[in-house]
Amino acid sequence: MAQFISSEFIPVKIHVKEQPETFKRFGAQWTPTLLVMSPEGVECHRIEGFLPADDLIAELALGLGKVAFKREDYAEAERRYRFVYETYPKFDKAAEAVYWAGVSRYKSSNDAKKLEETEKQLTTKYPGSEWARKGSVWAHS
Amino acid sequence: MAAIAISWLRDADQALRQAKAQSKAALLDFSAAPM
Repeated sequence: MAQFISSEFIPVKIHVKEQPETFKRFGAQWTPTLLVMSPEGVECHRIEGFLPADDLIAELALGLGKVAFKREDYAEAERRYRFVYETYPKFDKAAEAVYWAGVSRYKSSNDAKKLEETEKQLTTKYPGSEWARKGSVWAHS
Repeated sequence: MAAIAISWLRDADQALRQAKAQSKAALLDFSAAPM
């Protein structure tokens, strides 16, 4: 966990009693709240409430996918999202990672087949999920 | 093997400046735990 955070992020800890104004500035209303910010200072992912270590790493990795996507680095976004669902296939948001990996592949290639493949992946691995339903529009696109 | 400790900054603006300079993501941890 520490190695992952140290290698991937510039980490900053803000204590509620020491910096209440910073809580207000970033809209943090509960602890813990974690914000993943792009290098440009744009909030890309928000995690509210405690999570066990594996879930937290998966959430942070998902956030890094969102950072890359926001920066329109779709190859990097796809790699980040793929890491999430390959490493943590039972993570609650694995289906979301599959969905956005597919969108990233489409954005990189402009090939609608990538979306159709992603829809098949979602219905096979995460049937009944919200993200499979979202991807259903890509069937036979 | 010694565990790696995270070098947490305490200033959000400093962290955002470093993130921009190093082209890395920043992680803001809003906490109530003892520091």
